[in-house]
Amino acid sequence: MDNLLKLFESMLRIRMVEEMIAERYSEQEMRCPTHFCLGQEAVPVGVSSHLRHTDYVYSGHRSHGHYLAKGGSLKAMVSELYGKETGCALGRGGSQHLNDLDAGFIASAPILGGTIPIAVGSVYSTKSNVTDKVSVVYFGDGATEEGIFHEALNFASVKKLPVIFVCENNLYSVHSSFDVRQPKDRNIADIGPAHKIPSVRANGNDVEEVMKIAGDAINRARDGGGPSLLEFMTYRWLEHCGPNKDLDLSYRTKEEMDEWLSKCPIKLFETKLYKKNILNKESRFRIEQKILKEINSAFEYAKKSPFPDPQTLFDYTYVKS
Amino acid sequence: MRKIKYFQAIHEAHSQSMEADDNVIILGLGVPGPTGIFGTTKGLVDKFGEARVLDMPSSEQGMTGVALGMTIAGYRPVMIHMRVDFSTLAMDQMVNQVAKWHFMYGGKMKAPMVFRMIIGRGWGQGPQHSQSLQAWFAHIPGFKVLMPTTAYDAKGMLLSAIKDDSPVIIFEHRWLYNVDGIVPKDPYEVNLNSARVLHKGDDITIVATSYMVLEALKASEILSKHGIKPEVIDLRSIVPLDIDTIYKSVKKTGSLVVADTGTINFGISAEIISRLMEMDHSVLRNIPKRIGLPFCPSPTSPSLAEKFFPRANDIILCVCDILDLDKNILSKEGDKEQWHDVPDSSFTGPY
Repeated sequence: MDNLLKLFESMLRIRMVEEMIAERYSEQEMRCPTHFCLGQEAVPVGVSSHLRHTDYVYSGHRSHGHYLAKGGSLKAMVSELYGKETGCALGRGGSQHLNDLDAGFIASAPILGGTIPIAVGSVYSTKSNVTDKVSVVYFGDGATEEGIFHEALNFASVKKLPVIFVCENNLYSVHSSFDVRQPKDRNIADIGPAHKIPSVRANGNDVEEVMKIAGDAINRARDGGGPSLLEFMTYRWLEHCGPNKDLDLSYRTKEEMDEWLSKCPIKLFETKLYKKNILNKESRFRIEQKILKEINSAFEYAKKSPFPDPQTLFDYTYVKS
Repeated sequence: MRKIKYFQAIHEAHSQSMEADDNVIILGLGVPGPTGIFGTTKGLVDKFGEARVLDMPSSEQGMTGVALGMTIAGYRPVMIHMRVDFSTLAMDQMVNQVAKWHFMYGGKMKAPMVFRMIIGRGWGQGPQHSQSLQAWFAHIPGFKVLMPTTAYDAKGMLLSAIKDDSPVIIFEHRWLYNVDGIVPKDPYEVNLNSARVLHKGDDITIVATSYMVLEALKASEILSKHGIKPEVIDLRSIVPLDIDTIYKSVKKTGSLVVADTGTINFGISAEIISRLMEMDHSVLRNIPKRIGLPFCPSPTSPSLAEKFFPRANDIILCVCDILDLDKNILSKEGDKEQWHDVPDSSFTGPY
């Protein structure tokens, strides 16, 4: 398949999965906090287009897109949301603790900045230049306010580790806007150079731009050039946690929301593909049907799967010796 | 039998574990430095190189996460905090990530890490340099928490901890570092879930942790001269807790003193006494006593510290209370040291 078409399909798949979870969330069977990434599909897809299954990916609380774009199992993710034994964390973690080692998606965790240093340490080596594996860690703008973000950047730079720090700046930490949290006229990408880390700020809703910028950073890391910090501007369409819209809370305006809705990463890319004759209504429909089938079967699998046996409550507190 | 000091036993364990397994890494501020964490890591960098004996930025939190990340790359990191107080800067990574790492991904991830935390007292270490936070960590499911007292255990427990696939926290008391003990040269492991009966007796059980074991032995020696035979148990492992060994002893003696290095309130002694009561509420014939730090921050002045940190005398007083004995035992034997903020008169500060 055409590479651009693959990008499109991957974004659409994330979108449709999130929409299905949102639709079914009110059934009250997925009983865990869930952070949706509707509107933010371009960043993980653009970044992952350069990643091998042996590369590592880490994420925070809003991780479904990162997991799926890296090739994480959909069945295992949906099952995890349903708290089932077949879930990717055997029902011990929920939406906030995704993991698929076969796909190289190592971990997501919801404490802000928590996985950033872990991503750094996981590509530390006592022997230099033995691998061209890279480690990507996604986080939001809020995480850059945590000390641990700066600590991780500092060490990655000292050791020139192959880490791509990917900030998805969606302008809000829960309901607190960027301007009450960070200095005016300073971008997150401005922080990297203080740690001697090459940094770029770009449009996170343009998957081709993401792909290009991420490609440069990933290639540099593979070649031993050390870490990069990428700040991608994007926007979350739904509430901080949960499947609903939240304009009624009035922490952001309808005008702002409408502006970002008009910059929908999938719409923008789709229009381009139509113009280039890479995609037409019919092929789009076929892609959609294929994804829908996969999603339905994943939900069916998850719903049919058993819950963990209560007798296993204490399992995995300690490693069995 | 060869005798070496506690700090030398730790050094030997580090060296032998790194020889045995290339994936063992040590990191911490000052680890490869000239004093090498009170001698315990001195010179290891020359033998194993800077990539395995790492100095680190003053970023306790970030570096704990980095060390956890290293386990994904196959390493077994040992992280050292020269004072347990510094680890409070790493609490998110330790408590939210490391402790739960195996559990929250359904057993797919492991965190084979060791944290060496140094605790202590005296020489005016004060509020932020002499806490004894073992109860904090014991409260978090996922950590194993050890407090080796003897040089033998310092070596064997560190070797066992490094081989363990779960995260293990080892508390080392600064006042134990210069104490001699019999330590075999070859590597050996120590069971991480058993208390040790150090001194047999029938009259009263004294359970102690870390440095307080030495004070308990001192107390026991004095009491023995007066015909009282205490049984002294070195707890060694806080998690898992070997309650059966304690129960067996208390069943025999009917009386109990627990002496811990930490704050009494909500501490290790409370857990031990509660568990005994849950097992058998009639096991104690007398009201038990708890010895530990009073409920205020560690003071600096020697005059206040003397009252703050318990010693053998405090244990003797408790035993006298419980067994209704003449407290003159204490005044006869006396405690003749002028200063109480050093382990013995040969010790000079600062440290």
